[in-house]
Amino acid sequence: MAVTGILLALFLIAHMLGNLKVFTGATSFDHYAHWLRDIGKPLLPGVWFLWILRTVLVVAVVAHIVAATVLARRARAARPVKYAHRKKINGSYAARTMRWGGVIILLFVIYHILDLTTGTLNPVGDASKPYGNVVADFAPERWYVTLFYTLAIVTVGFHLRHGAFSAFRSLGQQTPRGERRARAAALVFAVALCAGYLVVPFAVLTGLVS
Amino acid sequence: MNLTLRIWRQKGPEDKGRMVTYPVDDVSPDMSFLEMLDVLNERLILAGEDPVAFDHDCREGICGMCGLMINGDAHGPQRGTTACQLHMRQFTDGETIDIEPWRASAFPVIKDLVVNRGAFDKIIAAGGYITAPTGSAPEAHSTPVAKANADAAFESAACIGCGACVAACPNGSGMLFTAAKLTQLSLLPQGQPERYTRVIGMVDAHDEAGFGGCTNAGECTPACPKGIPLNTIGRLNRDYLRATATRGDTPGS
Ligand code: HEM
Ligand code: SF4
Ligand code: FES
Repeated sequence: MAVTGILLALFLIAHMLGNLKVFTGATSFDHYAHWLRDIGKPLLPGVWFLWILRTVLVVAVVAHIVAATVLARRARAARPVKYAHRKKINGSYAARTMRWGGVIILLFVIYHILDLTTGTLNPVGDASKPYGNVVADFAPERWYVTLFYTLAIVTVGFHLRHGAFSAFRSLGQQTPRGERRARAAALVFAVALCAGYLVVPFAVLTGLVS
Repeated sequence: MNLTLRIWRQKGPEDKGRMVTYPVDDVSPDMSFLEMLDVLNERLILAGEDPVAFDHDCREGICGMCGLMINGDAHGPQRGTTACQLHMRQFTDGETIDIEPWRASAFPVIKDLVVNRGAFDKIIAAGGYITAPTGSAPEAHSTPVAKANADAAFESAACIGCGACVAACPNGSGMLFTAAKLTQLSLLPQGQPERYTRVIGMVDAHDEAGFGGCTNAGECTPACPKGIPLNTIGRLNRDYLRATATRGDTPGS
């Protein structure tokens, strides 16, 4: 769980930084997207590097889901009879919503790939002009896309808030002071990532990026 | 105080069980929760009914027998308190109180509110001890122990094996108990020789007993009457990682 989750979180950081290039203008953003396909060019032919990256990501996603499923099934088997009265929850909201949150994120990622990678669900869907695709996506009249996107990102934020802390703990974070630090770091990380992902659609929505 | 109790009644392990409502009048706020159940049972016996079976022994918060799920809280609403040490003044007149047994497949219900916590014994049997003969209590300063380690080990040693951590855990995991029983040894010199084989053995026994896996949800520590801190599980994780990933140890002691 922790290792695959960290891989995915690293991808999220890189992806967020890439997305922020949208503020440097259409040419620069499109150039960046094309460059992604060319990394390792002299050594590896064409989009090889991108495909290696994608393979690592898919393996991480699948392993993450398999581990989560094993845990969920064990939890279910461990409590066959439910409590009649179970109102008090002391842990965080984020910790409680990891499983359903994960499912929502998966659905979003599928939509997102169909939208911006394959272009199937994108109003423009021109693979050579990712900037145009993003701007068309978050146009004001497509507010529901932005809304869904925002909800998905906030879900990612909650997932990361507990996920990052939990990963530290699983990898052996063991002192009370370290626990406070790990929780704070996870919160800052989640909020920063959410903000980084959300500025793009809201910049498009408000016409800052067009 | 006049209360309405809704109590889980189950004739035996095979019975399906159900919540049954009992009004109890004239409860003193100074009674402990178990004394209140004693009052109910005396009235049930007088009325020729089967009294409610519940576990208890010391009634002073040290034996760990008296686990009850009270209104969805393990050991009731007061933190750091076992059910036997909980007083009725924590409740209000006219309140309805739901009382259920611990719910975990590793803790099967024997009768009513009594569960079998033998699974914890299996975890202890898998390594929760040291094999060196220790003889009588040694001179206190003959083996120096750093103050921080002594304190943390003592904190873990406060675990009374009550099972509230399992009962409160959304995953039905017994990691807090297992971690407490590990760290009370792993932080002391006497626990070092078997430190890494012990952690594998106890975690394996925990998993085999049918407890769920820990997801660091954090429900256990607030429910624990002894306040075993959540970071105790981090100590277990670190030893477990070292045992499996770097040392390649096998279970056993
Ligand atoms: C501001 C927010 C985001 C924007 C503007 C954005 C934009 C994009 C674009 C343009 C692509 C296509 C890249 C290409 O193939 O050239 C892409 C791919 C992808 N995005 Fe996002 N994305 C955002 C947030 C997210 C989030 C939050 C996640 C994960 C939870 C995510 C996961 C993915 C995945 C898995 C791919 C496919 C990568 C691949 O096939 O190579 N994205 N995104
Ligand atoms: S860790 Fe706390 S809740 Fe769990 S068995 Fe020990 S004393 Fe009870
Ligand atoms: S009866 Fe011993 S701890 Fe409650």
